[in-house]
Amino acid sequence: MSLLNRSYSVLPGFRLGFGISLAWLGLIVLLPLAMMIVATSRMGWPAFLGTVLDERVLASLRLSFVAAAIAAAINAVFGLLLAWVLVRYRLFGKRFIDAMVDLPFALPTSVAGIALTTLYAPNGLVGQYLAPLGIKVAYTPLGIVVALTFIGLPFVVRTVQPVLQELERELEEAASCLGANRWQTVRRVIFPTVLPALITGTTLAFARATGEYGSVIFIAGNIPLVSEIAPLIIVSKLDQYDQNGATAVAVVMLLISFALLLLINSLQWWSARRNGAQR
Amino acid sequence: MSDSYSATAEARWVRWSLCGVALAFVFLFLLIPLLSVFQQALSHGVGLYLAALTEPDARAAIGLTVRSAAIAVPLNLVFGIAAAWAIARFEFRGKTLLTTLIDLPFSVSPVVAGLMFVLLFGVNSPVGAFLAAHGMKVIFAEPGIVLATVFVTFPFVARELIPLMQSQGADEEQAALVLGASGWKSFVRVTLPNVKWGLLYGVILCNARAMGEFGAVSVVSGHIRGETNTIPLHVEILYNEYNFVGAFACASILALLALLTLVIKSLIEWRQAREQNQASGRVQLARVRRAGEHA
Repeated sequence: MSLLNRSYSVLPGFRLGFGISLAWLGLIVLLPLAMMIVATSRMGWPAFLGTVLDERVLASLRLSFVAAAIAAAINAVFGLLLAWVLVRYRLFGKRFIDAMVDLPFALPTSVAGIALTTLYAPNGLVGQYLAPLGIKVAYTPLGIVVALTFIGLPFVVRTVQPVLQELERELEEAASCLGANRWQTVRRVIFPTVLPALITGTTLAFARATGEYGSVIFIAGNIPLVSEIAPLIIVSKLDQYDQNGATAVAVVMLLISFALLLLINSLQWWSARRNGAQR
Repeated sequence: MSDSYSATAEARWVRWSLCGVALAFVFLFLLIPLLSVFQQALSHGVGLYLAALTEPDARAAIGLTVRSAAIAVPLNLVFGIAAAWAIARFEFRGKTLLTTLIDLPFSVSPVVAGLMFVLLFGVNSPVGAFLAAHGMKVIFAEPGIVLATVFVTFPFVARELIPLMQSQGADEEQAALVLGASGWKSFVRVTLPNVKWGLLYGVILCNARAMGEFGAVSVVSGHIRGETNTIPLHVEILYNEYNFVGAFACASILALLALLTLVIKSLIEWRQAREQNQASGRVQLARVRRAGEHA
């Protein structure tokens, strides 16, 4: 184990624990990932670019990322608001609401998909009130945003909530003593402290939404060039036995999500350093 | 919080409207979709609901879902404990990389995850061809479904345990070892009791995702009715056939599972908070402070 440069510990079981995790990681995550790289490298540039630059593929990638960005922005606003209400206010049924926030984590995506579609269809429980206003949700890109908002909500709430809980009241009292009104305190004292967590949560929601499939395909209507998301393109290419085409689209999505992962990690590093500097 | 004016509270109308917006959002986006699943499932009576659940294809789907979760969850449980032990209890080079790699499945689209296994075990790959020659089918069969499920639920247990074990530190285990306990005994008697709630939480989340996974499983399953259909896939097929009662009936099982998951999670959090409070007496402190504010 000299390669790992492990510092001495009296605790046993490092080799066992490390061995099991590395073996399982290799088998389940790294091997399939490597296969993907092999499959892409066999394809060659012309085939790869030909698939990726296809009009339908580009439209689907654009839709996936734009819809995910809008949903993430909605979640940033309402997630922050919800976390604030849950931490700061006394509210009837707060425990229940707090538990319900995790519903999108626990509810399978296909169930969420058919439930939202039925609700937002023109004759559905919610859709019937929107239809006379000329707002069509189901089977349009707007429906995709609704589904992705549902999926991403807990990410923002659960990242912001602990930071709000840790927030020291004394700081706000000090701001108030120094003559700040409540709005100034919220904007200048509370918001900057919460911001790193808010950005992290929003990015997590965005990352999850870009790859989401189950909840979206029901409500999207899947009209080519209009409401067809990138994961669906992968599935339909596979259904047509076009493995190379599916792989090409998947590689683009993978690269983008890895870039996002990197961004999240550096954000966390940045906020940890900033908090460290403050204390 | 008292109702009188306070320097660290908002005006009453601000509080009311914030609460109102938050409640409306939860109601519209979370509660109504959940309730509508049950409403739709029971919309044509209990008889049809039960008939949709006991129909052979639905029963086969339920069986397959339970089977694949029963394989995937224990595997990831063992992995999660092993990874948390190595990462939270030892210092070694490449620890950050290992942690990042464990989180990787979270940032891969489920559909892409499924595709990876098709590329690895499909008929066009050398591995798949070798297995097919020996009469083993992975893709469009149960092993593929289990593999895809393991992939998407890979980080759950490890992610729950690592921060928990890191915050607890190794003092108690070291004490047990110094007092003469074997490594295994200190693990069973000290480590496991300390992390039991976090572990349970990780397992139920892992299980909920395993039983509900759609995208990854959909790519590797082949959608053979009664054979390789899990409950979420069966829901999709029924829905696309306009059999809404059947689709929502099967969906209601998954929704119940989600509710159960949330209830267990809340219970765990409640117990954890109580245990922590008993240990630190923070409840008393908070109560005293609040009383002081009211006075």
